[in-house]
Amino acid sequence: MSRVLSPVAALGRSVLAMLAMIGRVALFALDAVSHVFRPPWYGREFLTALVQIGWLSLPVVGMTALFTGGALALQIYSGGARFQAEFAVPSIVAIGMVRELGPVLGGLMVAARVASSIAAEIGTMKVTEQIDALVTLSTHPMKYLTVPRIVAATLAVPVLVAVGDSIGIFGGFLVGITRLDFNAAAYLKNTVDFLELWDVTSGLIKGAVFGFIVALCGCFFGMQSERGAQGVGRATKGAVVTASVLIFAANYLLTEVFFAA
Amino acid sequence: MITLNEVHKSFGPNHVLRGVTLQVPKGQSMVIIGGSGTGKSVTLKSILGLVEPDRGHIEVDGREVHQGDRDAFLARFGMLFQGGALFDSMPVWQNVAFRLLRGRLKRPRAEAREIAVDKLRRVGLRAEVADLYPSELSGGMQKRVGLARAIAAEPEIIFFDEPTTGLDPIMAGVINELIREIVTEMGATTMTITHDMTSVRTIADRVAMLHDGVIQWEGPVAGMDAAPDPFLQQFIHGRADGPIEAVR
Repeated sequence: MSRVLSPVAALGRSVLAMLAMIGRVALFALDAVSHVFRPPWYGREFLTALVQIGWLSLPVVGMTALFTGGALALQIYSGGARFQAEFAVPSIVAIGMVRELGPVLGGLMVAARVASSIAAEIGTMKVTEQIDALVTLSTHPMKYLTVPRIVAATLAVPVLVAVGDSIGIFGGFLVGITRLDFNAAAYLKNTVDFLELWDVTSGLIKGAVFGFIVALCGCFFGMQSERGAQGVGRATKGAVVTASVLIFAANYLLTEVFFAA
Repeated sequence: MITLNEVHKSFGPNHVLRGVTLQVPKGQSMVIIGGSGTGKSVTLKSILGLVEPDRGHIEVDGREVHQGDRDAFLARFGMLFQGGALFDSMPVWQNVAFRLLRGRLKRPRAEAREIAVDKLRRVGLRAEVADLYPSELSGGMQKRVGLARAIAAEPEIIFFDEPTTGLDPIMAGVINELIREIVTEMGATTMTITHDMTSVRTIADRVAMLHDGVIQWEGPVAGMDAAPDPFLQQFIHGRADGPIEAVR
């Protein structure tokens, strides 16, 4: 009997562990947000985080958007040809990029680049007692390490998404006029005519939420890191995987809230 | 005066502190010795509030350490960590002046740098070291920078966690002498954790031996060799045979 029930027990343990983890992340998030509004604030750390998260992520987000926009144009053109809808390429590329692919792919690329780096940095600080040193130097680690990164990511990722959206649309435009024989002026007119402000704004809101998730996961897993290189490795992996899954989940929920009829 | 009274701390099933009772008089240098895993670091971290004891009381100058203004409490402390715990992302001078660049002890940047360079000189490092990053320094230099950071804000109480671990005997001797000199000239109350008996004899006014989560022996350093405690004698002479099990 016990042999029969053991897989069920293992499943139960995993579910409980996952729920406990969600609870810990939620408490960490609440604590972090509460510190955002309480001094002291560390402006220099915020600016450093802004450069690290925003400026230095631009190349990877831009390249991802460029190729995605181009591929999207090709896909929509070949798919649309089945029902004579090739003309819809500019508008679908634009709407697809700003509503969905820009924020999600941008968020994922930032998760890969930033969540891992934050978790590794804070994890290493933890295992080398630098976090303890911060405390003994009268500096709250949540205020000094977490708040600047979370605020910076929440502000920087929407900007990255906006830039990514533009580059993605430009990628579609390049493919459209060079490979699919679109007229450049007509392509641009189609893009602008069908795009609404809410399409763009909703994508930017998603970007802010994804930025928050990325920094939160990086900081949480870094702070939870266990001793040794393996502990830091696990923290880094946990941060990237959790941030990615949460981005997809949050994307669905936000899309449901923003666009469900 | 630092007072620990019946302090207990467990990590899961591992009972690390089982009722530590100890007094460190003001201006004295207390060295805590004991085998690995006997709770020496946990004792220091409990005083600083980095670890919360399960039971017992810890007071500094008659005030419970886990109550009151935490920033003001921590501003009285300096600590040299075993591995240095220098912040890799900032140059040496900013590490040393960390406390002087933010918070209630904040000074103008130029003044903070000047103090940092002065403290670096005090621990025997040249001014050029100030602009290097911790990763560019040797282990001994990192310890000295950690020491400079610990004394930068001229704290009343300084903790040294294994100050000579990983250093060659000459550098260990230099660090021991530095600690003794600084403690004497600052008049600070200090607690040092070490396995190094040379450090004990150089740094200590009083010695406490922690074993099995309790203070096994405590007394002036001058009385250590003559003390009849078999645990203490086994430890200070590094004997494999005795009441302390060699395999833990």
